[in-house]
Amino acid sequence: MQPIAWQISLVLMALVAFGFAFVAINSGRRQEDYTPLQKSAYRLRTRLFWGLVLVFGPAMIYTLLELPYDAARANAGAGPVQVVEATGYQWRWELSQDRVAVGQPVEFRVTSADVNHGFGIYDANLHLVAQTQAMPGYINTLRHTFSEEGTYKILCMEYCGLAHHNMLTEIRVGAQ
Amino acid sequence: MATYTYEHIPDQGAKVGVLAYLATSAVVLLLMMVFGLLMRLEQAQWISIGAIRFYELMTLHGAGMVGIAAIAGASIMWHFLRQYVELSSRIFIANLVLFLVGVVMILGSVLLGHFHGAWTFLYPLPGKSMGLWSPGAAALFMGGLLVIGVGFLLLHLDIARALVARYGNFSRALGWPQLFGEDDGKAPPPTVVASAMVTVVNVIGLVVGASILAMMLVNLYVPEFDIDPLLAKGMIYFFGHIFINATIYMAVIGVYEILPRYTQRPWKSNKVFLASWTASTLMVMFIFPHHLLMDFAFPKWMLIMGHIIGYLNTVPILVVTGYGALMIVYRSGIRWDMASKLLFLSLFGWAAGAMPAFIDGTITVNYVMHNTLWVPGHFHTYLLLGMVTMVFGFMYYLGKPSHEHDDHLIDRIAFWLFTSSVLGFTMSFLYSGKESVARRYAAHLPEWVPYDRIASVFAVLVIASSLVFIGRFFARIGLARHDYQRAPVARSAVA
Repeated sequence: MQPIAWQISLVLMALVAFGFAFVAINSGRRQEDYTPLQKSAYRLRTRLFWGLVLVFGPAMIYTLLELPYDAARANAGAGPVQVVEATGYQWRWELSQDRVAVGQPVEFRVTSADVNHGFGIYDANLHLVAQTQAMPGYINTLRHTFSEEGTYKILCMEYCGLAHHNMLTEIRVGAQ
Repeated sequence: MATYTYEHIPDQGAKVGVLAYLATSAVVLLLMMVFGLLMRLEQAQWISIGAIRFYELMTLHGAGMVGIAAIAGASIMWHFLRQYVELSSRIFIANLVLFLVGVVMILGSVLLGHFHGAWTFLYPLPGKSMGLWSPGAAALFMGGLLVIGVGFLLLHLDIARALVARYGNFSRALGWPQLFGEDDGKAPPPTVVASAMVTVVNVIGLVVGASILAMMLVNLYVPEFDIDPLLAKGMIYFFGHIFINATIYMAVIGVYEILPRYTQRPWKSNKVFLASWTASTLMVMFIFPHHLLMDFAFPKWMLIMGHIIGYLNTVPILVVTGYGALMIVYRSGIRWDMASKLLFLSLFGWAAGAMPAFIDGTITVNYVMHNTLWVPGHFHTYLLLGMVTMVFGFMYYLGKPSHEHDDHLIDRIAFWLFTSSVLGFTMSFLYSGKESVARRYAAHLPEWVPYDRIASVFAVLVIASSLVFIGRFFARIGLARHDYQRAPVARSAVA
């Protein structure tokens, strides 16, 4: 997901840059009568608007199809759900178990005993694969199915005070 | 033939209060930039200041930057709005005095009391420091924010009074009769429409912000007065999102007012313009759940609403304001100087920054990018290359010695240095976010350090170029008070 977000952002930012550069380059010679320019610019704007609707509209809806709040996200896995209770403290994580099986759905029930924390799961390449907030008084249920074995890091994703950056633990994903 | 007739009305000089606002903003901006650099250098492992000092600087950097963005934006809005309505200079100054009192309280809280709970003061962190700061230090910080908020509330109430006195009510100030009825061409000018929008949203946002601050202050000393953390978070982000976004909506008034003077073309309050500002009024208030997308306990419909409005919110920025600037500049014969270049650049920064922002507001993207450096990546793009660049453009405009004056070589170099280094700086953030580098970490994992080093180099260059802009502003501050023609006449319009 991250590379896609990066590439789309770069393309869109480049398009915006192109528009501004094009106008800056074509700003030197004045067209005295603004009215016809305005009319054609308004026409182009209408097209631009509908272009945005046509491109972003489906993207906006399509990306709503698989929400992290829905149980469907973990359905790719097979077997019974493995439940892991995760509680954040200043500044450590407490997990009810630190080993789970690969390919089998995991349900992290995440909460906090003190302040807001963020429960972020990082793979062996240090890429974030899933997260939710850990909040006192609430349980956020994060459903994830690990597709690869290995040691995953749990990092804190919400600023929680002095040792926020040291608040990490590990979870091992092994064969079923 | 409906050509726009340029009238050689002298460009209005700034009141002392406006200059005091700008001078305060400039000094604090530079200081906060240095704090930001120190944080990046610490992450880059080129200096060693320790975690406590890092988080203290982080807290000051956040609060300070939001504060001066608001002060600078308010100065631009006030400067131009007073052409149309009667504003109170006393209340304008009172806001600055309250701001400075709040700043002293915040500095005392952080530097003497070692408060480092971040500017977002997420409940219940200010009251749960693990003994690292006292309730008094937390109270001083939140009290400082409250004092600053009261000042801005006063300012906006005065603006509301002035708008109602001139236009009768807010619906007229927002141009609703022309938007929903026949456009008789008598809609208020863009400055009035934007000021009305900012006043509506900021008054609501400030009241909500002050409410949660007051609740948390009580909770500090009476822990039995319990607050729902999710409600507190929602209120904080409601206030925070509105307040910081309003700074851009205030500063963009400078673009609406100044670019037409350079191009001798009008920026009209037509139906599309009015519709976009009315839509923005609503969207800026209802978009806040996009800060809570990873709070699964938050009502799902509100999270989906945040996702959808995140997409819709880009439309006015791209199609109305950004496109509007392109329209009036295209084949205008504009004479580029520092002011016009910076203002044009600022709209690029705003529009470009909105791209990674709305992508981050996509729930499935947020799932793996929330609270990574992607977030400061996009907000530094639209705040530093957008909002702050608008302020720099306004400063150059006010201090321009005459409409025919040519820029110095050092300013021209600084412009390109600023443009390229801000892009490098923000791209370093965005790339780090792509690589999942977590946000607000005093110490980074070894794998992340190379990105921090690249960002640090760009940050030094951003500060160097900003120093030129700010130095030039102070060198010409005496000129800024006078009324004279500042904007050069576009090429073929000279004859």
